[in-house]
Amino acid sequence: MAQTSERMSLIVFSGTVDKLMAASILATGGAAMGLEVEVFLTTWGLMAFRKGDYLTNTRVSKDFEEYGPTMMEAMQAKQSPSWMENLLGAKEVGSVKVYACSMTMELYGIHLGDLEPIVDDVTGVATFVERAREGRITLFI
Amino acid sequence: MSTASDIHIDREIDARGSFCPGPLMELIRGIKALPVGGVVAVLSSDSGSAKDIPAWIGKAGHEFIGAFQEAGYTRFIARKLR
Repeated sequence: MAQTSERMSLIVFSGTVDKLMAASILATGGAAMGLEVEVFLTTWGLMAFRKGDYLTNTRVSKDFEEYGPTMMEAMQAKQSPSWMENLLGAKEVGSVKVYACSMTMELYGIHLGDLEPIVDDVTGVATFVERAREGRITLFI
Repeated sequence: MSTASDIHIDREIDARGSFCPGPLMELIRGIKALPVGGVVAVLSSDSGSAKDIPAWIGKAGHEFIGAFQEAGYTRFIARKLR
């Protein structure tokens, strides 16, 4: 069994590119430093993982909405990898599991097959919380 | 004091222009591809690398040979130990 104290749990609620970027970089750092990373996708965070959605998603947080175009342009000009590429890279270097929230799936009629293949499984909140309880770092993004 | 040119480098990766955690990711991939005992260098212009790269090397159990300042970037050198 893995060392549970070395777990990092991320709850990704937001589906905006700025927050998904932050979540993907944190997941990468956690994976690189040997933590067992678990990502729980819920609500708009889950919506952002529907097949192909990330290719056209240019949403940014409401509080910095006016910076949206500037951010997307800067990322493109400096060839910054997308949050999806970061997350795939995190999976490549370490232990990263991505779980979709069953409640959001039910609510919007989404099935596992409708989501990007990076999503490992569907889970309920109780399972996620139980696993996060054993961990060291838990972040809500 | 030794300089980067005194050290035999098996593989050098140019990660200049790549952002955090890009250079670290390049180093991790580079180390994976080397046999134990191999020496890898990664060039980074990202200011986070100065702390991130030695921290990862320590955590991953490899040898941090050094960080050598060049013009506008740093050359980080590590030896794979396991």
